[in-house]
Amino acid sequence: MKSFDVVQVRKDFPILQEKVNGKPLIYFDNGASSQKPQRVIDRVSAYYEHEHSNVHRGVHFLSNQATLAYEAARARIAAFLNASSPQEIIFTKGTTDAINTVAFSFGETMHPGDEILITGMEHHSNIVPWQMLCERRGCILKVLPVLENGTLDISKLDHLLSEKTKLVSVVHVSNSLGTVNPVKEIIVKAHGMGAKVLLDAAQSVQHLPVDVQNLDCDFLAFGGHKIFAPTGIGVLYGKKELMESLPPYQGGGDMIEHVTFEKTTYNTLPLKFEAGTPNICGVLALAEAIDYLSSIDPLGAFRHEKELGSYLRDSMREIPKIRFIGEAPDTCSTLSFLIGDLHPFDVGTLLDQQGIAVRTGHHCTQPLMEQFKIPGTVRASLAFYNTREEIDEFVKALQRSIQILS
Amino acid sequence: MRKSINELQDEVINEFAIFEDWMDKYEYLIDLGKELPLIDEAKKSEDRLIHGCQSRVWVDAQISDGMLVFTADSEAIITKGIISLLIRILSNQTPENIVKSELYFIGKIGLQEHLSPTRANGLTGMINRLKSEALKQLTP
Repeated sequence: MKSFDVVQVRKDFPILQEKVNGKPLIYFDNGASSQKPQRVIDRVSAYYEHEHSNVHRGVHFLSNQATLAYEAARARIAAFLNASSPQEIIFTKGTTDAINTVAFSFGETMHPGDEILITGMEHHSNIVPWQMLCERRGCILKVLPVLENGTLDISKLDHLLSEKTKLVSVVHVSNSLGTVNPVKEIIVKAHGMGAKVLLDAAQSVQHLPVDVQNLDCDFLAFGGHKIFAPTGIGVLYGKKELMESLPPYQGGGDMIEHVTFEKTTYNTLPLKFEAGTPNICGVLALAEAIDYLSSIDPLGAFRHEKELGSYLRDSMREIPKIRFIGEAPDTCSTLSFLIGDLHPFDVGTLLDQQGIAVRTGHHCTQPLMEQFKIPGTVRASLAFYNTREEIDEFVKALQRSIQILS
Repeated sequence: MRKSINELQDEVINEFAIFEDWMDKYEYLIDLGKELPLIDEAKKSEDRLIHGCQSRVWVDAQISDGMLVFTADSEAIITKGIISLLIRILSNQTPENIVKSELYFIGKIGLQEHLSPTRANGLTGMINRLKSEALKQLTP
C-alpha cells in the first residue's frame, strides 16, 4: 500500500472539482455527509448495469451472483469492524435506523423502572428513540452531563450507573463538538453493572480505527454516507449471542423461517433483522467505500485529518471574538465556533457565497446547544481530502464575512 | 398615491440591478435590514414566531385604515434584510392584494440561490405567514 497522499486522493473524488458560486468548492461539511470516490460511484453503476437481481431466494444466475456479492460485503464490513462473525453485521437504512432497531428489539426485554443512560452530547437520533422506548415501557432515561470544555463529566458515571441501568447508549465522537469520548472506560464500567452498551459510531468509523472486539461494545451503529458510501445504507453491529436472544424489529420477507396464519418462526442471524428486500446496491457500495479507505493508507489519512484539525483550530485563534464550542483535548477534525454575537446563519450564508460549505444550526443536538445557551454554531468538519490551502482560504473567507456583517 | 405591490417589486429589482458583486448585494440587504419596522419587544411571543428558519423571526400584523401593516425582527442580520424586503413590498397594502400577490422579485435580484424558497432561510415560512395574516382579515 502506498502512503497517504492528499493530492492523489483528491483526484479520486470528482465532486471536489466542482465550482460553487463561481469559486472552487471547499467542502467542510463532512460531518453531515462525506463525498464519494469514483470507485464507489462506479460500483453503483456496475451493479445496475450488470448485476442487479433480488438476493437470497432466487435460483437463477443473477440472483445467486447478487447474493454472493451481498454476503461478501457483509464479511468485508465484519472484517472492517473486527467483528467475530459476519452474522453480527445487520444492514440498516442508516445510523438512526440501527439505533431504532436496538431501541425496539432490546427495548422489548426492558421493564418499567429499568434505566437507559445516554450523555448530554447525543444527536437527537440517540435521544428520541430512547424517549419513545421509555414512554412505551415505563423506563427511565438518565443523562451523563457534559462539562464546559465539551467533554463528558465522567466523575458522575459511577453515580448514574446502577443495577437498574440496562443500557448505556453513547456517542463515540460528538457530531457537534468533535469530542472523542472515553468509550472504553464507559463500556468497562457499564459492564461492571451488568448493563449493555450501544456505541453511536456515526462520526467515528471514518476518522479512527474502530475494533468492536477490543472495545467490547455490545452494539455499534454507523451510516454509510458519512464514510464515503451512498445514503440509505447503514450498519448495526450486535454481539451474536445477544442478537440471537432478541426479538426481531420489523416483520416481512427475508426475516422469516416459516410462515403460517397461526404462527411464524423467524430466520437466524443476520436475516432475522433484515425484513424486506435490502438496499443491495448500497451494501455493495459500502463495501467498496471501505475497500477504498483501506487502499489509501487509512492511518496516514487519519493522521492527516488530525493535523488539519489542529491547523484549523490554530488558524482560527487569530480571529477576533472567536469562541470555540468544545475544547476537548481529544477531538476529531470537527470544529464548532461562534464569532462575537454574529448569528451562525449569517456567517454560513456568506461563506457559501464564497464557495465554502459548512453547517450552521443546532446540529440535531438541541439539548447541548441549550446547555451552552447558544442558538447553534458554525461547524467546519473536515475529511482526509481537505487541505491546508483550503483552510487558509476558509479563514480568509471568514474574515471577509465578518467584515460584511460588522 | 400608494405604490402597488408590483411597482414596489420592480423598484427592488432596479435597486439590486446596480450591484454586480455579491458582496455589495449582501451589504445592501444588510442595510435594508436596518430599516425594518421593528416589532415591539413585548410582542416577541411564541405565536408571532415563524418556524422553519435557522434564526428566530417574529412578525406582527395590524390592520389600519383597511391596510395591513407589518412589523418584524430576526436574530440574524441577513434574515432581517430578507423580511425587510418582504415587508417593504407587502406592508401597507390591502389584505386582498397581499393574498393574491405573486412575488416575482425573488428570482430577479440575483440572490436566488439564497432566496430560493427551499432553503433554511425560512423564506417560504415568512411569505406564508404574511399571506396568512392577510387571509385572516378576509375570513370572518
